[in-house]
Amino acid sequence: MHGARISDRQMSKGSQYMPLYEHVFLARQDLSQAQVDALAQTATEIVEQNAGKVTKTETWGLRNLAYKIQKNRKAHFVMLNIDAPAGVVAELERQTSINEDVIRYLTVRVDELEEGPSVMMRKQDRERRPRRDRDA
Amino acid sequence: MARPFFRRRKSCPFSGKNAPAIDYKDVRLLQGFMSERGKIVPSRITAVSGKKQRELSKAIKRARHVGLLPYIVK
Repeated sequence: MHGARISDRQMSKGSQYMPLYEHVFLARQDLSQAQVDALAQTATEIVEQNAGKVTKTETWGLRNLAYKIQKNRKAHFVMLNIDAPAGVVAELERQTSINEDVIRYLTVRVDELEEGPSVMMRKQDRERRPRRDRDA
Repeated sequence: MARPFFRRRKSCPFSGKNAPAIDYKDVRLLQGFMSERGKIVPSRITAVSGKKQRELSKAIKRARHVGLLPYIVK
């Protein structure tokens, strides 16, 4: 199953097999939205400088954390969908780990990147609607 | 024939069509498989299949790492 998928993608790309990743990072709560966007921008640049692509950037905004992380009760969440060779992730994680404005990050390899908005974004409109609508 | 201790076998909530995908970002879905204390509920209670339970526990652990879910609720 896995092998088949790799060969399919290899044929479509032609040259190098590029795995897909989801990279989530949490920025300190006292940063402004503009600073968070700048962090996302630098992350995108790191990926692009290393022959990768960022297919989607999603900002989840300032969210409450389930527990305190480095004395932060809240954090700005940003998710990047990345299509890049493996070395890029190592470089991206190295640089984010140095940055003190980023309190936590997680990179997960996925089989497919989600096209539309992820669950995080969908949930907000679900909550705004009254619950009775579900049956309709 | 009376079978006093017979209980209908529940099916796995993640198998079959239009079953939800297990994703560490879907906090609300994952919370349904955690106890009030924040512990992962065993699959013998939730009837999740072995394979899906492994995926589920990985997803919960990822969500905990990024602070979306708690490790413990005191």
